Amino acid sequence: MKLELRGITKRFGALTANDHIDLTVEPGEIHALLGENGAGKSTLMNVLYGLYQADEGEIVLDEVVQHFAGPGDAMNAGIGMVHQHFMLIPVFTVAENVMLGHEQTGFAGQLDLVAARKVVREISNRFGFHVDPDALVGDLPVGVQQRVEIIKALSRDARVLVFDEPTAVLTPQETDELMAIMRQLKESGTSIVFITHKLREVREVADRITVIRLGKVVGEASPTATNAELASLMVGRAVELTVQKDPAKPGAAALVVDNLSVIDPRGQVVVRDVSFDVKAGEILAIAGVQGNGQTELTEALMGLQDRVTGEITLDGKTLRGLSVRKVLNSGVGFVPEDRKEDGLVGEFTIAENLMLDRADGSPFVKGGGLQLSFLNTFAEEKSKEFDVRSQGIQTEVGRLSGGNQQKVVLARELSRTLRLFVAAQPTRGIDVGSIEFVHKRIVATRDEGIPVIVVSTELDEVVALADRIAVMYRGGIVGIVPGDTPRDVLGLMMAGEVPAGVLPADPEGAAA
Amino acid sequence: MSDRLPENVTTNGLAGGSGLPPTEHNHPDAAIDAPPTVLVKSWKAPIAFGFFALGAIVLFIVFGRDGDSTFRLSTDSDLIQLPAVVLPTRATGIVLSIVLVVLAAISVWFVATDRKIRVWFMAVFAVVFLIAFLTWASAGQTIPLPGLLIGTVSLSVPLIFGALGGVISERVGVVNVAIEGQLLAGAFVSAVVASVTGNLFVGLLGAVIAGTLVSFVLAAFSIKYLVDQVIVGVVLNVLVTGLTSFLYSQVLTANPDLLNSPPRFDRLPIPLLSEIPIIGPTLFRQTIVVYLMYIAVAVVFYGLFKTKWGLRVRAVGEHPQAADTVGIKVNSTRFWNVLLAGAITGLGGAYFTLGSVGQFNKEMTAGAGYIALAAVIFGRWDPIRATLAALLFGFATNLQYVLGVIGSPVPSEFLLMLPYLITIFAVAGLVGRVRGPAAAGRPYVSA
Repeated sequence: MKLELRGITKRFGALTANDHIDLTVEPGEIHALLGENGAGKSTLMNVLYGLYQADEGEIVLDEVVQHFAGPGDAMNAGIGMVHQHFMLIPVFTVAENVMLGHEQTGFAGQLDLVAARKVVREISNRFGFHVDPDALVGDLPVGVQQRVEIIKALSRDARVLVFDEPTAVLTPQETDELMAIMRQLKESGTSIVFITHKLREVREVADRITVIRLGKVVGEASPTATNAELASLMVGRAVELTVQKDPAKPGAAALVVDNLSVIDPRGQVVVRDVSFDVKAGEILAIAGVQGNGQTELTEALMGLQDRVTGEITLDGKTLRGLSVRKVLNSGVGFVPEDRKEDGLVGEFTIAENLMLDRADGSPFVKGGGLQLSFLNTFAEEKSKEFDVRSQGIQTEVGRLSGGNQQKVVLARELSRTLRLFVAAQPTRGIDVGSIEFVHKRIVATRDEGIPVIVVSTELDEVVALADRIAVMYRGGIVGIVPGDTPRDVLGLMMAGEVPAGVLPADPEGAAA
Repeated sequence: MSDRLPENVTTNGLAGGSGLPPTEHNHPDAAIDAPPTVLVKSWKAPIAFGFFALGAIVLFIVFGRDGDSTFRLSTDSDLIQLPAVVLPTRATGIVLSIVLVVLAAISVWFVATDRKIRVWFMAVFAVVFLIAFLTWASAGQTIPLPGLLIGTVSLSVPLIFGALGGVISERVGVVNVAIEGQLLAGAFVSAVVASVTGNLFVGLLGAVIAGTLVSFVLAAFSIKYLVDQVIVGVVLNVLVTGLTSFLYSQVLTANPDLLNSPPRFDRLPIPLLSEIPIIGPTLFRQTIVVYLMYIAVAVVFYGLFKTKWGLRVRAVGEHPQAADTVGIKVNSTRFWNVLLAGAITGLGGAYFTLGSVGQFNKEMTAGAGYIALAAVIFGRWDPIRATLAALLFGFATNLQYVLGVIGSPVPSEFLLMLPYLITIFAVAGLVGRVRGPAAAGRPYVSA
């Protein structure tokens, strides 16, 4: 099926998210839509899928102009979507999720689960998916959940399939498998729109590439273009793809974590017997696919987890069992992975957010009263230093872009005297310019002789920043390897395998 | 806590999730593939059991009473007459207290050896305690067991209808605090309509419409205008209470013969079934509203878990955006099902006037709606469990009446607290952390 978008314009108030975008996807073609976070890719696809109504322009399928009032119309017209945040109901089975919205029923309105299971089996056999129709979706690994999304779209005879940032949650191996699936779909005549900001994937699988920036199509490129060409097209200027840093000069081990385990409220051991150290003046990157215990590990370091066993010492003093306040007072800086949820108060101003974790005493508070003039001077100074672009320090943080929000978090954490800096997903969902800035500051922090932990699911970021890399899988550390370890080795480790020549990290493994 | 994991780490068998072939590259520790779980020891249940066992010793042995306690098992009109059971009060109290202490000890042993305390165990403990309490309270007296149970069902009827309405509404994603208002509106309108028309079924219809109207306000404000669902619910309860009280004192009392003297549903024994000892009189010698309730529970359960309607309702309440992306209209699904919930709850309101009391009184629901809400949570948003929870609360209420009649040693003021005490214990103590519909209480704004 041939898909044409003609002059699509979508405005949100004063913001034009899509500005007269034209896009043509031929039958049996993989068309990549490349753009930064916030460039308007997802808005465009939500227009296509009927979730948003375009202000101007039209959607044409096989020369017929379409009017989608909702996703139901788009689906009936043959458009399927694999959403970035899966649109699956975790408490339903695979079959129930697949049948939802076009259920077949038998006697007395009874759901025809037999037919639904058959559909799931048929499609998963066709593509070699191995999905159990009766498994609860919430119990499945994310890679399999994504396949359920694909099955869901195909079960409605989707002829145009939109993949919205599909690789964000996958291991490199799963990403390769997904690429194979996309090619297979293409062979069977399905048109594919592949939305991403990852250059390597685009060049590997796309037939044509359309680049959008700030809501406009800025050019087309062929898959043979180099990374640098694609990146400068995407960002609008030349981009440094590598982080400039000198070799680390590691000192003594500052943070020592010994046999750390974290048990969640359901009794699952989410961090399992983890041991590592971070030396002064080095960056230890913790790599791994989302949900393998990284979140809980950083929370345990900060004193945010209740059931923690093992030892955490910083410069010889124990951190385990201390309250968050005391952990902060011992000089730990923390950039949480979800800045909107845990890092900032959206309704507070930049200045207020900058003093959030120091509201317990001088210099910001004296005798129970806020020292507002000091706060304002401080905020002005830090906004300038950290290049926070806003209309002033009294702007609400919730109204800043992701990149500027992250700079506020960074400014707050790095303006204290630190003995350890923990940054979880420091560049998630921010623009390339901000990414460069954040990376520079992290390296600068290291060069001051502070031990740094960077938790990231992006392999590019891990490789760019790390002096040493610890790979987590299912709550354990698979291995700790040097920063120059090849990507394919890291990829294997992220799937739980220990390649030959890598020393297993946990003592039990070493003993075996 | 030790710095290593406890020895009793139980790993569950989700191994091999990565789908990797067993190569020599794989981690030597095979357990790395399995997400292990450890049982988090909770001493809450043994402490509660111990507390009750101690209470049993104090009440039934230290303050033990002499005499015989009689339990009547049949009513006079039963075809099959069972003999009454006579228990020596003090001896029974001692024996059952010992049993309770033993059960509490077993629960300690369960937790110490990392075993879970199952629901049946709690049920056994509760039943033993209850028998001991009834024996103690009825020293030298007779407890009519069928009467106790029949009353339990009668008192539970509005609670069950309310809980069904609550389950549907919350499953579709709208917190229904307005059950109280829906019940009261149903009670008022059914009384007036049945009085004026003299027709009970028109009265029932009136109750359905009244409940639906209250629901309409809840749905319109919470779904269309995105007002906080709990606040709308509470305001509605206050509004309906005020409105019905005003109309009662200004209009109904002026002309009670015309407006507030509805006929009442007669008991309708079902042949054969009603002659089964104990169960027959309890379940099958009831009014048509009660039989309607049986059907409603079954239909809601079947509908919610076996039909297209139920699948969509649950999808909308769990993950509205996912439902939207497969073409389900989230807000209209919510709207119509909240109305349906109101209609069902309205029937429960009619039971107050047409099924039991026979006229409308000011604030006659007396918090039943809130108890129904507790039953929804205690029943984990499941129609059957919520019904059982409502029956428990109904039992507690009726126990208070029965003990009041036979002249129990417990002060009546204390007994008045009993249903609510049980509600608090049930919801706070036994339920613990439960997961309701994920999107309940959150309005859905499509993009």
